[in-house]
Amino acid sequence: MANTWQADPVLSVEHITMRFGGLVAIDDLSFNVGRHDITALIGPNGAGKTTVFNCLTGFYKPTEGMIVMRHEDGKNFILERMDDFRISQFAKVARTFQNIRLFAGMTVLENLVVAQHNTLMKASGYTVAGILGSRSYKRAEKAAVEKATYWLEKIHLIDRADDPAGDLPYGAQRRLEIARAMCTEPKLLCLDEPAAGLNPRESDDLNKLLLSIRQDEGIGILLIEHDMKVVMEISDHVVVLDYGQKIADGTPAEVKIDPAVIRAYLGVDEEEAPPIAEKLITEAIARAENEPPAQQGGR
Amino acid sequence: MALAPQPTQQGGARTAQTPTVPKGDQKRLLIDLLLTGLIASAIFGPIVGMNATAPQGGLVLEYRWAAVLWLVGIVVVGRLLLHLLVWNRPDWVKPIHIKRLGAGLAGLGLVSLLLGLFVVKAPWFDAAGVFGLIAGAWFYISSSNETAAERGAPSPLANAIEPLGKYVGVALLLIAIALPFIPGVDRRIVDLAILMLTYVMLGWGLNIVVGLAGLLDLGYVAFYAVGAYAYALLSTIYFPLWFGDGITPWAFWLVLPLAGLFAACWGLILGFPVLRLRGDYLAIVTLAFGEIIRLILINWYDFTGGPNGISDVPRPSFFGIPFTNDENGFAATFGLTYSPLQRIIFLYYVILMLALITNFVTMRLRKLPIGRAWEALREDEIACRSLGINTTNTKLTAFAIGAMFGGFAGSFFATRQGFVSPESFVFMESAIILAIVVLGGLGSQIGVVVAAIVVIGAFELFRELNFLKAIMWEGFDPTQYRMLAVGVAMVLIMRWRPRGLVTKRDPSIYLKEKKAVSADLVAQGHG
Repeated sequence: MANTWQADPVLSVEHITMRFGGLVAIDDLSFNVGRHDITALIGPNGAGKTTVFNCLTGFYKPTEGMIVMRHEDGKNFILERMDDFRISQFAKVARTFQNIRLFAGMTVLENLVVAQHNTLMKASGYTVAGILGSRSYKRAEKAAVEKATYWLEKIHLIDRADDPAGDLPYGAQRRLEIARAMCTEPKLLCLDEPAAGLNPRESDDLNKLLLSIRQDEGIGILLIEHDMKVVMEISDHVVVLDYGQKIADGTPAEVKIDPAVIRAYLGVDEEEAPPIAEKLITEAIARAENEPPAQQGGR
Repeated sequence: MALAPQPTQQGGARTAQTPTVPKGDQKRLLIDLLLTGLIASAIFGPIVGMNATAPQGGLVLEYRWAAVLWLVGIVVVGRLLLHLLVWNRPDWVKPIHIKRLGAGLAGLGLVSLLLGLFVVKAPWFDAAGVFGLIAGAWFYISSSNETAAERGAPSPLANAIEPLGKYVGVALLLIAIALPFIPGVDRRIVDLAILMLTYVMLGWGLNIVVGLAGLLDLGYVAFYAVGAYAYALLSTIYFPLWFGDGITPWAFWLVLPLAGLFAACWGLILGFPVLRLRGDYLAIVTLAFGEIIRLILINWYDFTGGPNGISDVPRPSFFGIPFTNDENGFAATFGLTYSPLQRIIFLYYVILMLALITNFVTMRLRKLPIGRAWEALREDEIACRSLGINTTNTKLTAFAIGAMFGGFAGSFFATRQGFVSPESFVFMESAIILAIVVLGGLGSQIGVVVAAIVVIGAFELFRELNFLKAIMWEGFDPTQYRMLAVGVAMVLIMRWRPRGLVTKRDPSIYLKEKKAVSADLVAQGHG
């Protein structure tokens, strides 16, 4: 049976290796991301997940291998040859950060307007027409504010549009960062631990938000996540990394009982792994539902 | 109820400030004062007390113990007053008393100063006035900060200044437009206003680079120099060579855009190598760049005239009509009596217009994507790149546009002085411009205006302080202590307003209501 991510990948990672001196952070990694899938990239701490993200979004150049972004209209972009800002501008890959990187001293609305920089830049005639006060720039700015309003309504922050982003509570900052990434009109949204530090209710809201983004915008989402509840509930496809290598790749149900995954996470033998794992994961999900995790402070 | 000071809190606040002397302990108070006096004499003794002079051949040490005594006395009495009135005051003295005392002292000081300056012309009145003003302001501000802290409110100074912000801008603009025609304004004041406006313009230009884009530039004076030399060279040598002498009256208006363009090019030339540098490293390279330009100006003798500079730079004309006392001059053409003041007033309006253009363009740019990208760059460069913003171009445009305004100002400087030399473009100038931007509050337009008036005004005020000569030793020259005063002013401002005079950031766009962003959240940039 052909999976969605093999039939129509929006992103193919082919044999990438990333070395930092003698350290091999990613070792010959290949996987696909489906065009309309929610793909989860999981693995123990230090498995190289964030390094993969940094390679995808151009912050690192992989030592070997190729990363191809495929648009629906047939255009392909070879990401490891592009500058980081061009990846967002042309290849349409947007990302969020593990430690939230909002423009704290700018308002919520300004954050979302800055994300539409390239569209507005063109509309302002690369600043020249804008200085002279052209009408078309005013229209474009209005459209940008409308788009920002749409996203603010979607993430329930419309009442705080004129507050500084740094004043928002932690969960709201996470949502705002996702909305800001979406304002760049991506075809693939990469989220680095979006549920980190959220309580179960916020985490549920996040799931709904991600599902609605996939449904309404029809884009692919790639996320790094430690919260197994989020991973198992919403993802269509899970890729598991350990020590920079891929150890499993499949649907959540398949990965959950994969012996290699259980060994990586729990460090037990292959024979006894599956039942233990299933039990532990069920327990973990139950725990996550019942007790809120310790709230992480805002930055 | 909240107004009643709680003894524990008060005691805590006091011990935090002076842990040394407990209340009512005369012996330790005396020891503290003695120590203060010793430290003061150790500092002032060698610095002020001995002066090496060289009358006819020999080097002679001249002693000025009277001045030292005065200074030590001021320090010790001041410390005693602080002990009695601020740190260890008796319980029946409430902060409000100190506040009133401060207000009274400041008021008396002002009256005395005005009396001394305009009525009695006695230096002692001036001296008493200045000290009264400073001491009064100190008491007033420190005690009112204290009363506010007890209520848990922000400093009243902040509350008093911020709402005025809206009106200060309009008021300053109206004063600026009407200034040359206000009765009693003479050439000296218009000259001072021109100088202030030049620094306002330079401050606004640098504000783009430092305040908005968060790139620390210590070599801004280089662009000022490029603009000045561009005008001086083109108008004295090359324009007459290419177009004949008839071009000279128009030279300023023709060169002005060119000077901006040249300076912008130099901005790009500086920008490229420093793209990858941040923070301290960026500051050092920009500092070096400023020095390189100055050294080239000194050493490229054939082209720039070296240390001699370029003299006889054409004065500005009223769009082709020179300000001369003959039948083709400005006065004759418009049927006025000739006065040298006409040229000065014209210069004043030129720099006012240039400065207002700078402000207008900056305000516009802030609302354009490029301006928002500058501010986003200051907040978080990595996030900018992840949103598809070309940070290279963004930085380079900030350098280029900031440099362009520096170039305009330089061109104006050359035509005003009629003479340029490398002496005018030393590092000190960059430091003053940067100080104006920092004191004003990074990114604030009106803050730069106020800071420029304060800093340049304080500089010039020292030329006027003749009363100091009366109380200090023979031959004391107040102008030599200008930098000291500016340093003290800077320390005081940074003590009370650590983020500059204006600490709120105005959002560039809003949905329902414009709310200023507190400076605590705004990043200062990392270079």
